[in-house]
Amino acid sequence: MSATTTERRPARTERGVAAVQGFLGRRAPMAPTFAAVVILLVLLVGAEAFLRGDFITARNLSALLLDNAYLLVLAVGMTFVILTGGIDLSVGSVMAFTGILGAQLLSSGVPAIVAVPAMLAGGAAVGLLIGILVQYFDVQPFIASLAGLFLARGLAFVVSLSSIKVEDPGILWLQQNRIRLGDWYVTPTGIIALVTVAAAAFVLHLTRFGRTVYAIGGNEQSARLMGLEVARTKVAVYVISGFCGGLAGLMLTAYSGAGYPRNGIGTELDAIAAVVIGGTLLTGGRGYVAGSLIGVMVFGTIKTIISFMGAEQSWMQIIVGALLLLFIVVQRGIVARSERRR
Amino acid sequence: MPADTPTLDRPAVAEPAPVVEMRGITVRFPGVLALDHVDFVLRPGEVHALMGENGAGKSTLIKALTGVYAVDEGTISVGGVERTFSSTADAQAAGISTVYQEVNLCPNLSVGENVMLGHEVRRNGMIDWRATHAAAAEHLRALSLDIDPRSLLSAHSIAIQQVVAISRAMVLESKVLVLDEPTSSLDREEVEQLFGVIRNLRAAGVAILFVSHFIEQVYEISDRITVLRNGALVGEYRIEDLPRDALVTKMIGRELDDLEALARTAHRTIDRSGEPVLRAEGIGRRGVLEPSDLDVYPGEVVGLAGLLGSGRTELVRLLYGADKPDTGRIVVNGTPARITQPRHAIEHRISFSSEDRRGEGIVADLTVAENIVLGIQARRGWTRRIRKAEQDALVEEYIRALGVRPARPDAVVANLSGGNQQKVLLARWLATAPELLVLDEPTRGIDVGAKADIQRKVSELSAKGLAVVFISSELEEVLRLAQRIAVLRDRRKIGEVDSSEIDLDGLIDYLANEGKGDAA
Amino acid sequence: MTRIWKHRLFWPLASLLGLIVINSVARPQFLSITMRDGELYGALINILRNSAPLMLVALGMTIVIATRGIDLSVGAVMAVSGAVALTVIDNAADPDNLGTVLGAVGLAVLVSLALGTWNGFLVAVLGIQPIIATLVLMLAGRGVALLITGGFITTVNSAPFSYIASGYLTLLPFAFFISVAAITILGLVERRTALGVLTEAVGINPEASRLAGVRARGIIWGAYMVSGTLAGVAGVIYASNIRAADANAAGLFIELYAILAVVLGGTSLMGGKFSIAGTVVGVLIIQTLESTILFLGVPSAQSPVFFAVVVVVVVMLQSTRVRRALARLARSGRRRGAPTGPGPEPEPDLDKPRTEVAA
Repeated sequence: MSATTTERRPARTERGVAAVQGFLGRRAPMAPTFAAVVILLVLLVGAEAFLRGDFITARNLSALLLDNAYLLVLAVGMTFVILTGGIDLSVGSVMAFTGILGAQLLSSGVPAIVAVPAMLAGGAAVGLLIGILVQYFDVQPFIASLAGLFLARGLAFVVSLSSIKVEDPGILWLQQNRIRLGDWYVTPTGIIALVTVAAAAFVLHLTRFGRTVYAIGGNEQSARLMGLEVARTKVAVYVISGFCGGLAGLMLTAYSGAGYPRNGIGTELDAIAAVVIGGTLLTGGRGYVAGSLIGVMVFGTIKTIISFMGAEQSWMQIIVGALLLLFIVVQRGIVARSERRR
Repeated sequence: MPADTPTLDRPAVAEPAPVVEMRGITVRFPGVLALDHVDFVLRPGEVHALMGENGAGKSTLIKALTGVYAVDEGTISVGGVERTFSSTADAQAAGISTVYQEVNLCPNLSVGENVMLGHEVRRNGMIDWRATHAAAAEHLRALSLDIDPRSLLSAHSIAIQQVVAISRAMVLESKVLVLDEPTSSLDREEVEQLFGVIRNLRAAGVAILFVSHFIEQVYEISDRITVLRNGALVGEYRIEDLPRDALVTKMIGRELDDLEALARTAHRTIDRSGEPVLRAEGIGRRGVLEPSDLDVYPGEVVGLAGLLGSGRTELVRLLYGADKPDTGRIVVNGTPARITQPRHAIEHRISFSSEDRRGEGIVADLTVAENIVLGIQARRGWTRRIRKAEQDALVEEYIRALGVRPARPDAVVANLSGGNQQKVLLARWLATAPELLVLDEPTRGIDVGAKADIQRKVSELSAKGLAVVFISSELEEVLRLAQRIAVLRDRRKIGEVDSSEIDLDGLIDYLANEGKGDAA
Repeated sequence: MTRIWKHRLFWPLASLLGLIVINSVARPQFLSITMRDGELYGALINILRNSAPLMLVALGMTIVIATRGIDLSVGAVMAVSGAVALTVIDNAADPDNLGTVLGAVGLAVLVSLALGTWNGFLVAVLGIQPIIATLVLMLAGRGVALLITGGFITTVNSAPFSYIASGYLTLLPFAFFISVAAITILGLVERRTALGVLTEAVGINPEASRLAGVRARGIIWGAYMVSGTLAGVAGVIYASNIRAADANAAGLFIELYAILAVVLGGTSLMGGKFSIAGTVVGVLIIQTLESTILFLGVPSAQSPVFFAVVVVVVVMLQSTRVRRALARLARSGRRRGAPTGPGPEPEPDLDKPRTEVAA
């Protein structure tokens, strides 16, 4: 009996197969995200064919990022929360609240250099409240973030009952300035969004904090027993989500040139849908921010296709809902199968 | 209870200083003395098994050692230094690591990450994955485990995952490794591999606390055994000084039996000429129970005897459809029956009372009356509600017959004592007028009076024709009530005895030794 | 005597009473009820009428929560229901025809029932988490409603239809009677049949219920069907009130208020024992609170802030941490050495309030 504990070793001639299997096995958790990429490509190619070659242009693709930069930032924050197995229903309202707050501050003469951090801090504060409720008062994330939603939405109207125009050149520059590369262009907001994605990916894969996020989603009890800083991390992800809400508020204000308390109603659902479509499991522990990026692109592409086709915008919600359902059912099937294996 | 000290000569080798010394450990819960001045010692380079039945205090002692519970009295010293643990992190920092039955790792992360989580190799503030995985591979190789550290933990069997968990403990440079029921989900080969790892660790000087109810395995791997019973220390023995039936006797003990006055139902003769109420042929489930046969005749009480973990509960759950069997078939009153869900069993007039009274028995926030009628109400469906008058009469009758206290139908079940909760559950099942009643540990953890009441009721009913399958860890109880006793060990049925032809010592001997000699 | 304030309904009723008292002190006309042409009017009557949609939704939510579930789609179902009803009426030859209106309402409620059945299927059969399962409809539902109305806010002028929300039946508003009917029917079904107690059993201990032979799947599925149907009726009332089908505004955030009403009424979000009476009181509290806020001159758009505070306070009070702290305070005030708990339990409760496994 060999002293080495190994799993059944394949014959030498099949070593290559085993290597490929090992590679694929390691990459298995990426499968859902890979599926999202496939969907995105199918959409783009399909649209291109269907709309007779007018779809995949540099202008359209650049606009894709521009129009959805705010959603991308929201999705990044939401990814952190969902990875721990939680959910944040407040982000749409937080975005509206920080947006109108910023607009109000700016129009009262507060310099951008103060207003912007105030927006970010406001978002983070709501997130902190939610995180504390979840971690220290055992409130379900759904209820706690619901309270956050109520609070932020109400506060948005407290700041102002109607929209407030933003004329601060610094803010408007974020959206209006276009950096051109041939036919492609990108705005500072787009860059901010992409930087957010990159920073999130860095944190999630190369820092202990990020790995703790994944560990909590995998098995919170185990993470605690392994000595990880579970409590602090759980609060932190909600703060991050709130911060992203604030950042999205900034970007949306720049995009529309105004703060509007009615913004973002239902946007949290779009963010959740994008994250799920991007391959992150709602039960936590699996997923990538890159997937959320793909998810947002899918979302945006569908929106663009619909407007190209001149169809009603209401189809948007239906299709996203249907896609979300499809992904959830598939996820449930995968989970059920792995549970049965035990 | 004075500790037993074996008198055999020991080899004249100086024993190494203990790495963990627990002295006079006492832990109290409201109304219960869980541990009563227990001493426990762990020595380096030794595998020390901790044995005892349910309620003996095993898990409380371990939780005290690993920082989950605080002790009321007594001291814990690690490496000669007295310590107080206020959390599991404290115990871990002191060098005590635990690998639990459920392998507390993160299945969604890689093997290497699980090993190194919290201690990853970092460079410039970022995790250096290559170095981390390389370090993990080294630790795994030290335990003779040659798997790809980048692979996902959930892709591996529980056996491998356990070794990964042990490997993590070694990363933390643990001096003490607590293995809590590590072999419950392993097959023969995997157990061998695990034991190989344990032997290596022992050779390296780690003190290993091995908790298992698989007697064979305990004898295979341990150097020492400590036996607890009812929260007190029975004794610490070297493995060669303690034969199996002595161990079983010490674990179960002989308790004063004031229930001997009860007529031995066992002496009744059973007519086995007709169809059995239930015949199970080759019922089993992979990893849970080897295919087993059982039949029960009307008016018969069949007892299932065996130690904790021998498979008794697993067997009856398969019979009832609480779990789905992989193999075998069931015949009810001569006709084959498909029982894959509790509802099917209920339709065949089989009722089952779970041993987990709180988790699977009582519906805590409902009243006594609602709990009692739940079985019949569920069978009738929601549209046909039992009329109040009928319900009141039924509930009152059972409260009286079983002596439920307080005798109030509207009392919330959660507030009743364990014994009375058990009576309420028994009432629920009796109210469904079953042909076969399966009782899993119905008298565990309840006071003597309630015990007597329940045993008397079971006796009465079987005399009237009810077939009963009865599980109890108290062998005297089984001997008293059952005509036939099926004996299980290590997830297998090893045989049957006629209760009129055996006494307690004989049963213990059978339980401990029957069918052995071939198993290494 | 002491039993009174242990009663489940005590705190909810006391809060409602308190609110009414505060209101009547601040504005004496709050309590005044006038009669005109055989119909009653007044602030209290308004509360009874305006609370109807929330009442229906909250009743359905109560049953769903009792099964340890949640229904986030109720607002969207309301939107769809209103859209269906109004589209039928709008396309009918004679919008004032009673038969047409009845048909429209009937179809709307049937569609809502179908949507509830769909939710129930996802949760009870496919085993999807209730939050997620109902999130799908919450997302897609309004889109469907918009499609039905063709993207517009369909308006109609139909006397029978408007009667639903604004009409009177003898002394009191018709909508109020709809509430009463729903409360009565649900109360009778839950408590006269065994459905209520079986639902509670499923919510309190699903495994014990399964072992006892309870048909959990049917009960859970039914709960979502009820929730969907009630949301459908609520949608009809809402549409009748604004005489339009506004897919985006119908039932916006109502699920949150419904959950709050259920929680205020004493039903736990963890499932199990539920109280229809409690939910009724909870709805009245919310409606009175809303009325109070409006009276204070606070724009209704800002009222969510108040409700957020209420939600936070309520969930904090219900959390184990606070309950334990309060219990400790109470115990130190009372006599010491009092025996606690029932008889000895040799299997110690593993939730020992000592060192727990916490970071």
